[in-house]
Amino acid sequence: MNATALNPSLLLWIALLPLLAALIAGLAGRVIGRTGAAAITIAAVTAALVLSCIVFRQVIVLHAPVFDGPVYTWLISDGIRMQVGFLVDSLTVMMMVVVTFVSLCVHVYTIGYMHDDPGYQRFFSYISLFTFAMLMLVMSNNFLQLFFGWEAVGVVSYLLIGFWYTRPTAIFANMKAFLVNRVGDLGFLLGIAGVVYFTGSLQYQDAFGAVDKIAGGSFQIIGGHSWNALTVVCICLFIGAMGKSAQMPLHVWLPDSMEGPTPISALIHAATMVTAGIFMVARMSPLFEGSEAALSFVLVIGATTAFFMGLLGIVQNDIKRVVAYSTLSQLGYMTAALGASGYAAGVYHLMTHAFFKALLFLAAGAVIIAMHHEQDMRKMGGLAKRMPVTAITAWVGALALIGTPFFSGFYSKDALIEAVHHAERWGSGYAHWALLLGVFVTAFYTFRMIFMTFHGQSRMDHHAEEHFHDVGWDMKGPLVALAIPSLLIGLFTVGPWLFGTFFEGAIHVRPDHDVVEAAKEEFHGVVSFALHGLMTLPFWLAAAGVATAWYFVLKNPAAAASWREKFAPLVKLFENKYYFDWFNENVIARLSRGIGNLLWGVGDRGLIDGALVNGSAKLVGVVAGVVRRVQTGFLYSYAFWMVIGLALLLLWALRAVLGGAPLGATP
Amino acid sequence: MNNTLGWPILSVLVWLPIAGGVLVMALGQSRANLARWLALLISVAALVLSLVMYQHFDGATADFQLLERLPWIAPFHADYYLGVDGIAVPLILLTTFMTIPVVIMSWNSVSDRVPQYLAAFLVMEGLMIGVFAAMDALLFYFFWEAMLIPMFLIIGIWGGPRRIYATIKFFLYTFLGSVFMLVALVYMVLKTQDYSIGAFQNLPLTLLEQRWIFLAFLAAFAVKVPMWPVHTWLPDAHVEAPTGGSVILAAIMLKMGGYGLLRFSLPIAPDAAQELSGLVILLSLIAVVYIGFVALVQQDMKKLIAYSSIAHMGFVTLGAVLAWRIVASTGSTAGVAMGLDGAMVQMISHGLISGAMFLCVGVLYDRVHSRQIADYGGVVNTMPIFAAFAVLFAMANSGLPGTSGFVGEFLVILAAFKANFWYAALAGLTLILGAAYTLWMVKRVIFGAVANDKVAELKDVDARELLVLAVLALSVLALGLYPAPLLDTMRGSIEHLTQQILATKLPLP
Amino acid sequence: MITLQHVLVLSGLLFTLSVAGIFINRKNVILLLMCIELLLLSANFNFVAFSRYHGNIDGQVFVFFVLTVAAAEAAIGLAILVVLFRRRRSINVAEISTLKG
Repeated sequence: MNATALNPSLLLWIALLPLLAALIAGLAGRVIGRTGAAAITIAAVTAALVLSCIVFRQVIVLHAPVFDGPVYTWLISDGIRMQVGFLVDSLTVMMMVVVTFVSLCVHVYTIGYMHDDPGYQRFFSYISLFTFAMLMLVMSNNFLQLFFGWEAVGVVSYLLIGFWYTRPTAIFANMKAFLVNRVGDLGFLLGIAGVVYFTGSLQYQDAFGAVDKIAGGSFQIIGGHSWNALTVVCICLFIGAMGKSAQMPLHVWLPDSMEGPTPISALIHAATMVTAGIFMVARMSPLFEGSEAALSFVLVIGATTAFFMGLLGIVQNDIKRVVAYSTLSQLGYMTAALGASGYAAGVYHLMTHAFFKALLFLAAGAVIIAMHHEQDMRKMGGLAKRMPVTAITAWVGALALIGTPFFSGFYSKDALIEAVHHAERWGSGYAHWALLLGVFVTAFYTFRMIFMTFHGQSRMDHHAEEHFHDVGWDMKGPLVALAIPSLLIGLFTVGPWLFGTFFEGAIHVRPDHDVVEAAKEEFHGVVSFALHGLMTLPFWLAAAGVATAWYFVLKNPAAAASWREKFAPLVKLFENKYYFDWFNENVIARLSRGIGNLLWGVGDRGLIDGALVNGSAKLVGVVAGVVRRVQTGFLYSYAFWMVIGLALLLLWALRAVLGGAPLGATP
Repeated sequence: MNNTLGWPILSVLVWLPIAGGVLVMALGQSRANLARWLALLISVAALVLSLVMYQHFDGATADFQLLERLPWIAPFHADYYLGVDGIAVPLILLTTFMTIPVVIMSWNSVSDRVPQYLAAFLVMEGLMIGVFAAMDALLFYFFWEAMLIPMFLIIGIWGGPRRIYATIKFFLYTFLGSVFMLVALVYMVLKTQDYSIGAFQNLPLTLLEQRWIFLAFLAAFAVKVPMWPVHTWLPDAHVEAPTGGSVILAAIMLKMGGYGLLRFSLPIAPDAAQELSGLVILLSLIAVVYIGFVALVQQDMKKLIAYSSIAHMGFVTLGAVLAWRIVASTGSTAGVAMGLDGAMVQMISHGLISGAMFLCVGVLYDRVHSRQIADYGGVVNTMPIFAAFAVLFAMANSGLPGTSGFVGEFLVILAAFKANFWYAALAGLTLILGAAYTLWMVKRVIFGAVANDKVAELKDVDARELLVLAVLALSVLALGLYPAPLLDTMRGSIEHLTQQILATKLPLP
Repeated sequence: MITLQHVLVLSGLLFTLSVAGIFINRKNVILLLMCIELLLLSANFNFVAFSRYHGNIDGQVFVFFVLTVAAAEAAIGLAILVVLFRRRRSINVAEISTLKG
């Protein structure tokens, strides 16, 4: 055995520790109390983080061989062995560290955020359970476990969005989130079934080895037109990613998911769960590489989401919703990178985004707590002086988000846009421009939020003023902890990770598709990359966005109002979120209920039960009702009928005699 | 005689609950408490016995095991002939397992004619085990029809306001279907001069004969499953039945249809099944989609779960008849056994989940005496432990991976994809529809603010209810996280069935 | 000479008479019973006639059976009649129609 080889039981513990903590906190929450629940889950996640770092070091620094092995056999059916197992390579370890790190920050932050909530233990149990599910997802070496993690994070997300279960909006939002995700999951499941169709296996390695076989196959889905099997499989898988990673048109659940407590918005709906789709597509890169059409589809969907969802962030006044739309838009960026074959760029942006977006959410949460559960930015302003740590960390997050050179977001975003720029497939021109314009939009809504919240005059009402209190270090600590990687991680990792050999073996790109490699030619070290970034179009677009935000929010608020007047129809379109929700609620939901009522009322009760079942019972009744009239109850009528019958019988018996043959003809 | 045990365990399994039931009934209402304990003892004993049976069963072979054969009606060549294979064993285990919660949950909720109530369930348990263990067609038919009587009484005596309508509808519906099966059985008896099911399976039949036999069996089994459009007895029966009746009806009685399909229709008339599989697939997909929409608009919790049962059983019938389509589409037999596996797992899993769901409704009904969704809201505020279980079972019902509800659906969808993309896509709609109707109900019943005074006064589950729900929850999770033992038990039989299905009975042209 | 035909015609007339009595009578149950007796008698007539015609004693033996049955029937019938009258204070046939469907 190799000295550096990964220890399977170590990997197992990384996943199981949060699960055990979740079970203890959930089942014995009353016994161990609030402190006990917090302590045990935080200890477990810390341990998972430490172990993840050890594994990270083994894989990245000591170059341990990729671990790909089973844990146990789930079932064997028809000769197909379905297993639960782990695949640990560079992509996995990166995700493991990101997930456990952000999760730990959120755990700590929760101590302060949920301090007064009666569901304290339950909350810790859920987020620990989420960590387990997410780890199972990223560590999987097969589609089955991937799907398990995929759905399990969905369920925990469902439980957490509806954490405050007495709020009608929360329990509406969580159901909506689950159902929209299920639409995606249907596609995902079909994609998995497609892989099994060709390979007879659920293991990634078997699927990757059979790309040519799948690409050679075809399905006849509509009419006689035959579709390339690999394209069908990849698009189906990507539909799953569209649900989980909230790509248009399956994005509608993410803004509503902000009904959940802010820590989970940071953990689940910004840093980790929603990026599962990005991770999955990157993991499936050997498959996606084989289908130009599927990649174009991914590219166009991603770019569309990136630009159009960003626009919606401009008109939001709820601080969490601004960040939520920003998340949608950034997920679009990552997806577009995947579609351009720049998997490494997409995943790299996933990593940096996890830090700075979690940071922004937690900062927003700190503001909300300080303002005594006020989320409307129109009632904020000037908070920078009163909560400086939060303001500074929020600035770091915002600068990273808009891609300021030297911040982590710059490296990932710039590389990403470059990668898309180099792509040569159908839709890449559109995607490139959508992403560039998106940079301006991102900067605008981000700094609109920063300026409205932290700068200018205070617009607090009396109530908020009275209850205002800065948050404690249990909440500021995680902000600082996240601000550091948001600021610095790009500097240290962009060279080796994005442009080096970090993802080699984990992500496969065909040489003629390798847009990251093409972008690399302009990369001459971290600093010069950043300095060069100062002279490129995205930077100036971002700067223009910040300036615009400054003008409208701080310098001349009156102009904002008049511009709103001028573009009233457009604003209305944005405020109604392009009418997606309206369409879903009034057309799809209503139609489903209508179909249900129709099938039940007309089909089941009317035709089957009414006409056939009760109808045949009624028929028997009617016939009996007619026949019973013969039964008069009078003896003489019975006698009459008897005699008539007798006579008829006699006639029949004597028909031969009466038929002409003379009496006595027979001896 | 292949009975490795040395004593007739199957007979004991069949007759112990029946004799116990008679004994319980003899106790009379004045000793109701004793009757409850005795019934519990007997049902636990049956479970232990079935575990012994499982212990001595070898799933690797397709042979029938633990055989018992005694002459019964010699002139007809009908024998008292019992035996089990990998298809019967899981279903018998399910039967003995699910009877116990029914006995325990009746402790508080039934006070009228307690000994008779418990006796009916015990007798039914024995008869249902008899159905699964019978290897003689006449014996099978005897158990099959006798089973209806206790259920008829349970719904008719302990049911809701429209119980008479519901129970007669239930009886006539199922009886009508069974009569056709009897005709088919008699026809085959006349041809083989033998009542053993094995002889039927080996009987060469022309396509025309097979067609009629298949349709006759389908009439009986489709009603039991139930398949669209002969499903309308089920919602009525469930709504009117007492909680225990609903549990047994959903958990086990519906499985008779699936079992019959696997035991009779497919091996006896494989060529007709091939010819008519399109029809069965169509009806199954209608069950999944059509019934999914119907379930969405139900206002009565039990009706909703009843409709969801129909949709889930659609997977059983779908998985059972995919074989020929898979061969036609891919040119290989890979995937055929997966569909059958999926059908079997779905049956077991649905037995656990639907039983648990009905028990949950029963818990609420005992307290509020209403099944209407509108009468609830915010139950989680007053019954948090119950709510946790209800959400778990709801998730299992919507096929969440990690619960048993996922396993069968997953296998069937994988197999369906091999047959045709659209089969899988339509069946997969249950992912959305199943989640929609289940979670919408959860949202309206469990979540939200306290809706009314009755909900505000609810008391959380007591120790007895907690025990039952916890055991069911554990089994749902165990089957979802580690279904391998179940699959191992039936491997030999499923492989054998695959061969039977794919071999033609027709003379070569 | 009295031939077989004569007897059969008489028996037929008796039979018709009794059947007509059953049909037409709507008043009295006693009359009904008498008509039934007459019906049986007409049958007996035939038995005797054919017995003599064929020179075979079997038919006449049968008559005794019929007579026995007729007697028993009359006894039971009258007993029922008495009970009926006690309960309903009437033996009007038109009022006895409980079996009406």
